Amino acid sequence: MEKFITLTSTVVPLPIENVDTDQIIPARFLKATDKSGFGDSLFADWRYNKDGSPKADFILNDPTFSGSILVAGKNFGSGSSREHAAWAIDGYGFKVVVSSFFADIFQNNALNNGVLPVVVSAEFLAEIFASVNADPKTSLTINLLDQSITSNVTGKTETFEINAYKKECLVNGLDDIDYLLSKRTQIEAYEAARN
Amino acid sequence: MNTDTKNSPFGGQGATLFDKIWDAHVVSSVENGPTQLYIDRHFCHEVTSPQAFNGLRERGLKVFRPDKTTLTADHNTPTINQEQPVSDPISRNQLDTFARNAAEFNLPLYFPLGHTKNGVVHIIGPENGFTHPGATIVCGDSHTSTHGAFGAIAFGIGTSEVEMVLATQCVLQTRPKTMRITFNGKFGAGVLAKDLALYMISKLTTGGATGYFVEYAGEAIRNLSMEERMTVCNLSIEMGARGGLIAPDQTTFDYVNGREYAPKGEEWDTKLAYWKTLKTDEGATFDKELVYDAADIQPRITYGTNPGMGMGITDSIPTLDEIDEAGRISFQKSLEYMGFHAGEKLEGKAIDYVFLGSCTNGRIEDFRVFTDYVKGKKKADNVIAWLVPGSWMVEKQIREEGLLEILTDAGFALRQPGCSACLAMNDDKVPAGKYAVSTSNRNFEGRQGPGARTILAGPLVAAAAAVTGRITDPR
Repeated sequence: MEKFITLTSTVVPLPIENVDTDQIIPARFLKATDKSGFGDSLFADWRYNKDGSPKADFILNDPTFSGSILVAGKNFGSGSSREHAAWAIDGYGFKVVVSSFFADIFQNNALNNGVLPVVVSAEFLAEIFASVNADPKTSLTINLLDQSITSNVTGKTETFEINAYKKECLVNGLDDIDYLLSKRTQIEAYEAARN
Repeated sequence: MNTDTKNSPFGGQGATLFDKIWDAHVVSSVENGPTQLYIDRHFCHEVTSPQAFNGLRERGLKVFRPDKTTLTADHNTPTINQEQPVSDPISRNQLDTFARNAAEFNLPLYFPLGHTKNGVVHIIGPENGFTHPGATIVCGDSHTSTHGAFGAIAFGIGTSEVEMVLATQCVLQTRPKTMRITFNGKFGAGVLAKDLALYMISKLTTGGATGYFVEYAGEAIRNLSMEERMTVCNLSIEMGARGGLIAPDQTTFDYVNGREYAPKGEEWDTKLAYWKTLKTDEGATFDKELVYDAADIQPRITYGTNPGMGMGITDSIPTLDEIDEAGRISFQKSLEYMGFHAGEKLEGKAIDYVFLGSCTNGRIEDFRVFTDYVKGKKKADNVIAWLVPGSWMVEKQIREEGLLEILTDAGFALRQPGCSACLAMNDDKVPAGKYAVSTSNRNFEGRQGPGARTILAGPLVAAAAAVTGRITDPR
């Protein structure tokens, strides 16, 4: 997994609430047997017409907005547990998703793929949307070490929560399997104690 | 986050059912981090597992406990002509990959397409006796919460976590907060478990239980059959909950006893004695408590594009004034997609498709309810109905109980088991703009096919819609 420490980028705003994982990646794209190529199908039904041409009014097709930070309305990633949603977001090139609320499984899946979900207050989220609308060149800085997110337009900063273990994993580019494999002896001891 | 002492048996207040099961499965705790939780049963399907097996290969790992993983093909399978080769080459490749992985990693509990034990993962688990009270159960599928009906901690995981379970029989999880939802009293006529669940999701919204594990309690829950309990727990995820569970009782023990993979003989007696201790102690506290009256619930339908956007079948869609300002764009986008208007009533509206099936409502009791209603009536000409049993065992029961004959007389046909139109990965797609009354679990945009418009309901409302061709109160 790639390391994550800090990131400054312009943002892509998606002010829709309850964006479920069926929107992030519709089920018909889940037939692949590897993790690559999902970025092209990110938000497929919002992004493309039936004939495959881009829908002009969807934010990913608007050249005004770009960057590696996606900012979305509350309860992002609800619904299906498909990790393909995290692969699609990562594959498209987003490294951070900012929202005021995330669904649980999506949050885990994102972290397991080095994509950082950043939870901000509803007010901060509204301010980001307003700044980006006023100036699409608005950038945000995310610093994982001090757990801060800063708007480089308003100068306003908020701190965000992340579990210390997951932070350590991201900063060092380690994943949970490495950790669990190191615990084999304890697992066997647990099994023996139960039987 | 829940403090570990709060509900601890040593804290003097007693423990919740959730705490008892969780604490019995802790292998270790990461400092300032998640818990390493041992998993008793892992269910696996073809769509969310191939990348996990690739991960094992890349790391040169074996499956740690092959007998603790049960595999079935269900998500990306056709519901007609299953005996013939799957026509879509990409789907066929996914199914072939699943078969190769099961063989390469020596997994004995593999139930491919056509196997008598094949079917929707959350249906074949309980019916074959893989699901037990007190167990920890995971699957790369969010509706794993279904198994909580047996008094188990069951939750959906991502593919990275599937890899962790295959490699170590453990996952790392942050301890969720606990919530108890109590349903007092009795249901009115024509009200089913699905209506209870849709009622609850509308009250809580799709994110209202995020971060929590829910225990369902109260007279109305106690009176539910095992299959109805599965329907309720299945939908826990639709309000964001990590999972939902119900304390095991005689109903649970009677269901599990005698099933093929259930404990037998002396082991059964030992397990049963333990299972009987699995209930929330008096005095144990929850982080959140909600209480509802079952008598307030009427048959439900959804009008929007998430399961929280629901109402009683005779109610009207909310007006714009009733929606929070921040949610108005999403609300309007949702109604526009559905072709409905704020403030509108939906009773009497024409529909095009009916889907009976899925891990939510694809069990024998659902087919009995549906059949009982359509008996002696005829399917409406304007309706295409897909009746998809949750498993071959359900299909067999439908035939043995004589339901198929009644359904056939009423103009219905049965398809072959699978997830089918619930997520429309296969060819069972509702065309754009068409309305489907569906007993499944999600009415998201495009869930049942690009542009498809889903109205979620229970099997009784679905039966009424199938014979009238309209949204109809079945009472």
